[in-house]
Amino acid sequence: MTTATRHPSRKLTCSSGSGAGKAGPALATLFAEAWRSFRLATWLGWQIESNWADPFLFAIYSIIKPLSGAAILVVMYGIIAKGNFTNPLFPYIYLGNAFYIYAGAMMTGVSWAVIDDREHYKTLKYMYIAPIRIPVYLLGRGVARFITGSFSVIITILGGVLFLHLPFDVTAANWLLFFLSLFIGVIMLAMMGLLLGSISLLLVHHVGFIGDAVAGALYIFSGAIFPLDVLPAWLRPIGFAMPITYWLELIRRSLIGEVAQAFPTLSGFSNGQLLGILVGLSLAFGAVSIVAFRFCDRRARERGLIDRTSNY
Amino acid sequence: MNSSTSLNEHPAKVTGWQLFLKTVIARAYPRIIGQQREKSWMFFDIVLPLGGVIAYVLVYKAIGAPAEYVGFVVMGGAMTAFWMNVLWSMSSQLYWEKEQGNLALYIMSPNSMMAVLLGMALGGMVATLLRAVAIVLLGSLMFQVQYAVTNFLQLLAVFTLAMAALYGMGMMTASLFLLLSREAWHLSNLAQEPIYLATGFYFPIKSLPFWVALGASIIPLTLGMDAMRQLVFPSGFKIGFLSVGVEIGVLMALCVLFLVGAKLLLGHMEKLAIREGRLTESRR
Repeated sequence: MTTATRHPSRKLTCSSGSGAGKAGPALATLFAEAWRSFRLATWLGWQIESNWADPFLFAIYSIIKPLSGAAILVVMYGIIAKGNFTNPLFPYIYLGNAFYIYAGAMMTGVSWAVIDDREHYKTLKYMYIAPIRIPVYLLGRGVARFITGSFSVIITILGGVLFLHLPFDVTAANWLLFFLSLFIGVIMLAMMGLLLGSISLLLVHHVGFIGDAVAGALYIFSGAIFPLDVLPAWLRPIGFAMPITYWLELIRRSLIGEVAQAFPTLSGFSNGQLLGILVGLSLAFGAVSIVAFRFCDRRARERGLIDRTSNY
Repeated sequence: MNSSTSLNEHPAKVTGWQLFLKTVIARAYPRIIGQQREKSWMFFDIVLPLGGVIAYVLVYKAIGAPAEYVGFVVMGGAMTAFWMNVLWSMSSQLYWEKEQGNLALYIMSPNSMMAVLLGMALGGMVATLLRAVAIVLLGSLMFQVQYAVTNFLQLLAVFTLAMAALYGMGMMTASLFLLLSREAWHLSNLAQEPIYLATGFYFPIKSLPFWVALGASIIPLTLGMDAMRQLVFPSGFKIGFLSVGVEIGVLMALCVLFLVGAKLLLGHMEKLAIREGRLTESRR
C-alpha cells in the first residue's frame, strides 16, 4: 500500500490543489490556505524582483527598460510620419505597446516561477511539500511581475502624455470600462501564464523561452502595435481567437475613445459586445489552464520532474 | 594493471601558444558543436528574433514606410542574435559559470583566461552566424527584401571588424561580471531595449540626434550596421551616419580598444575577485 493511498487527505490538503473531493478541507480553510499562498507568493515574488539592487537603481531599471521599448516605436513612427504624432495610428501603437507590458510580465512571470524555483533556487520540491496550493502560489508569483509591470505601464503612458502629445484626457476617459477591462484582463493573463507554467513543469531545456516565445507571438497576433488588418488574411483568425486582442481594444477605447475606433478591425463591435467576448474567451482559457495544470502536475509527479535540475 | 598504466601515461605536455590554442578550441567546441545538438535551442534562437522582425516590419507597413525600411529591420533582427549572444553568452557567462561551480576550475587550471574567453567568443560567433543567416534568409523571403551590394570587400571587412570589436567588448564586460552576482541577470536584461534603441537596430542611426548617435557608436554594432546598410541597400548611401571608410577606421580602433581592454581588465578583475573571495560565492 502506498503512502498516497494510506493518507489520501494529506495529498489533498498539502500541495497541488488538484483534487478537492469529499475528504477535502472545509471551504473556509481552503480559502484561507489559498489566500495565504497567494499573499506570501506575491511578497516572495516582489522580493526576488526588486531586492537585487538598491531602490534607486531598481527605479532606474524600471524606468529605462519600458521607455526604451516605447521609444523604438516612437522613433520608427516619427521617421516615417515626419514627426506628425496627431495620426490616430500613433496612440493606437503607443497604448497597445504600453499595456502589452502586462501581457509579457504576467505570462512570463508565472511560467518563469516554475523554472526559477525548480532550477535556480531548487525550492520547488519544498513548495510542493509545504501547506500551500501550488497553482495559487504560481499566480501569486505572477502578481509580483504585475506590480513591476504597472510601474512600467504608468511611466510609459506618462512619458507619452508629457512629451509626445498622446491624446489622453483624464476627464474624458471611461474609467469604469478601463478598470473593469483591466481587472478581467489581468486575470485572463494570469491564467494564460498558469497554462505556460503547467507546460513548463514537463519541459527542461530552454523551457524559459516559452513565456518569451508565446508573448512574442501574441505581440504580433493580438494587434498590439498595428491593426490586425495589416496581417495576411489567413493569419487574422489567430488574432480574433485571442482574448488579448479584445482586451487591448477595450483599454484603448476606454482611454482614448473615438481615436481607437478609427480602425476597422473591431469597430463593428460595441463595448458591451467586446466585454462579452473578452469574458467568454477568458473563461475558456481559464478552464483550459486549470485542466492543463492538473494534467501536467500529475505527469510531473509521476515522472519525478518536480525536483529535476538540468543546469539550464 | 591496465588502468594504472593508462593513468601513468600522460599526454605530451603542451605549453605556450599551443596550450593557448588548445584552450581556445576546447572552449569553442561546446558552442559550435554542442549547441547544435539541442534542436529546440536553435529553433528558439531563430524564432524569437524573427518574431521581433515580423512585428517591426508590420509596424512599418502599417505606417506606410518605404520598402527599404523592411530590409533595415531584417538586418537589425539578424544582428540582434549577435547582441543577445554577446550579452547572455559572453558578458554574463562568467556569472553562470560561477553559479554552476565551473569558474573556480577555470581559474585553477593552468591555462589563460583570455584563451577561455576567446574560445567562448569564437564559438559563439560561429554558432550565432548560422542563426543570423537563417533569420536573414527567412526574413528576406517572407518580405521580399531587395539587396544591391555595392562593394563585397568592404562589406566583408565591416562585418569582420564589427564582430571582432563586438566580441572584444563581450570579453571585456565578462571580466566586469566576475564581480557580479544576482544583479548580472538584471543588468543583461537591462542592456536589451535601450541598446536596440541607441544602436538603431530597427531604423537608421542617422535618425537620432548627432551626439546620441556618436555616443552609441562605442557599441560596434552601431557603426557596423550603419555601414552594412549603406553597402547592401540601393538607397543605403542616403541614410549613412558617417562614410563607410570612416566607419571602418573607427571599427578598427574599437577592435584594438576592446581586445586590449579585455586583457587588462580581466587581469585586474580576476585579482580583485580572488582578493574579495567572489569566485565561489553564490548570492542567489
